[in-house]
Amino acid sequence: MVAKYDLNDDSVVVIIGTGAGGGTLANELAQKGIKVVALEAGGRYLPQDYINDEWDSFGQLAWLDTRTTSGDWRVARDFSGLPAWIVKAVGGTTTHWAGASLRFQPHEWKALTNYGRVDGANLIDWPIDAEEMDPWYTLAEAKMGVTRTNGLPGLPGNNNYLVLEKGAQAVGYKEVHTGRMAINSIDYGDRMSCQQTGFCFQGCKWGAKWSTAYTEIPLGEETGNLEVRERVHVARIEHDDAGKVTGVVYFDAEGQEQRQAARIVCVAGNSIESPRLLLNSASAMFPDGLANSSGQVGRNYMRHVTGSVYGVFDKPVKMWRGTTMAGIVQDEARHDPSRGFVGGFELETLSLGLPFMAAFLNPGGWGREFTSALDSYERMAGMWIVGEDMPQETNRITVNADVLDQYGLPTPNVHFDDHPNDVAMRDYAYARGRAIYEAVGATQTYPTPPYPSTHNLGTNRMSENPRDGVVNRWGQTHDIANLFVSDGSQFTTGAAENPTLTIVALAIRQADHIAREMAAGMI
Amino acid sequence: MTTTTPRGLSRRELISRSLVAGGSFLVGTSWVTGQSAAWAVEVTALRPETMATLVQMARDIYPHDRIADEFYVVAVKGYDTAEQAGMVEAGIAALDAAAQGKGHASYLGAGWERDRVEILRGMEESPFFQTVRGGLVTGLYNQKAIWPLFGYEGESFSLGGYIDRGFNDINWL
Repeated sequence: MVAKYDLNDDSVVVIIGTGAGGGTLANELAQKGIKVVALEAGGRYLPQDYINDEWDSFGQLAWLDTRTTSGDWRVARDFSGLPAWIVKAVGGTTTHWAGASLRFQPHEWKALTNYGRVDGANLIDWPIDAEEMDPWYTLAEAKMGVTRTNGLPGLPGNNNYLVLEKGAQAVGYKEVHTGRMAINSIDYGDRMSCQQTGFCFQGCKWGAKWSTAYTEIPLGEETGNLEVRERVHVARIEHDDAGKVTGVVYFDAEGQEQRQAARIVCVAGNSIESPRLLLNSASAMFPDGLANSSGQVGRNYMRHVTGSVYGVFDKPVKMWRGTTMAGIVQDEARHDPSRGFVGGFELETLSLGLPFMAAFLNPGGWGREFTSALDSYERMAGMWIVGEDMPQETNRITVNADVLDQYGLPTPNVHFDDHPNDVAMRDYAYARGRAIYEAVGATQTYPTPPYPSTHNLGTNRMSENPRDGVVNRWGQTHDIANLFVSDGSQFTTGAAENPTLTIVALAIRQADHIAREMAAGMI
Repeated sequence: MTTTTPRGLSRRELISRSLVAGGSFLVGTSWVTGQSAAWAVEVTALRPETMATLVQMARDIYPHDRIADEFYVVAVKGYDTAEQAGMVEAGIAALDAAAQGKGHASYLGAGWERDRVEILRGMEESPFFQTVRGGLVTGLYNQKAIWPLFGYEGESFSLGGYIDRGFNDINWL
């Protein structure tokens, strides 16, 4: 049943990565009868394998290969080897994601037009818009079972949400609800409903949260068109003298070098590995890396304006009980420059267990100020800021030939400096978060700095003009017709919303395009 | 719990055989115990005085008055290895020297937390301090035995989650 393709079969589409982008694309193509080889660096873990213990799960799922950091962000100081908290496993970071599934707002597709020029920011408009994306979002929401779409009810609010809701309403916010979540509120799509167990970040042991690991991947495999090779690390993409890609070289699970031929290659390794792979694939014909005639590969790295606010109360909250991202305040997501910044932000509940709270509350902190906060753990409520950050050319992924990974490949360095717009938005959002909790009686509030990035975006961005970006409106690279980018690295701008729904919608749309172009003999 | 009571020693014997009483600790030839002798730990690579100082340092970095010494002992016991001993002995020697620079006999000899914290503040950028502090983040807070002291309940999957067990039981809003 499960397909098995020959290494020399040059009729297959090779997809690198099986997360929200790659996993979705793999299934969509397989459903259309297209032969797919999906190469995944991690192993296969399913709900019965997930561990509801923060550090043990981190050891099981996190991408821990060597990476370096630079720039003024605190992550470079506090977690210098861990710029991003993402997953190495079949299903990628859809095992870890919280499930928030929000559409971009219409104005966010056209950031340059609507925000105007911002000093130091490399803003452009997406070549696509809300109207074009509407049907693809609809398909993505149905596929994922997003609550508050398709007649699916919202999730019930847990304690952490109830605190947020009451405080948000007290300060006048109107758009306060339990979110649009790809977590089943009722049985849907062979998946059961949420049991309010917590540990959404560690993989949902009920399978209530959508993850490609146990939806798209097995569905694709059932068609007989999809072969997933696990624990293989792609080293480079190769091309012919005509400048078309011809296959990929990878290290298999035994560390042996292999080469899989390909008709089309789709890169979906998240916004650090995807540009790294293109840069590490440099050749005599493409000395700056594949698809990099614009010089934009690796640039414009975005990670959302994030941060958390934890409020302490005089009575218990037990925020860890139930859905991790249990509700949202959307009033601040609008573009309103009177607040002192362009773009907007969402406020979403978040909780960490005690071990991760100790690690992330104030990294490097110690003494009684620190322990006083942890002593209040049971009486804490928490929220996370997700806002649009500015693309900057100098925020970028580069490859470092002086630091090699376990395969002898140059490793990625992640450089990030906050833009003044990011700082202004974060400070404003911190103050709003504090106001929400104070309105419901917080005796203390703590601003927590951004965690290692979970939303990694923009490093192979989509542009109308090949000079401005790496891929066109279909995620097809401007330079090489049979090379695609299929993950969040194609984001032109980040918008204020959690990116997964948009990654999935773009992947469904890209599959449609690839199938059409293949049928027409164009690629 | 990796702490052990030295075989066959009663509290009276422990105290009578202790060589140095520093701070709230008693140390012997190869062990450290609290004044109450409610716990004790054997050391193999580190000097017992060093282990006692390390335990006090751990509490001063992350002071939780409701948490007994045993948990801090567990958090730093891993340093008692041949590989780590040199680094730790040098670090604690520097800590004692810093204490002496402020007029104390040793770090443990600085009897008040305020004085010890002042000593630590003076060396918080040092690799040794950062190693100990960073190790405590997991060494202390990832001990399941202390989670209930913070109210944290850990995993709930085995109990069916909180869907019927109070995920929305807040009653004071």
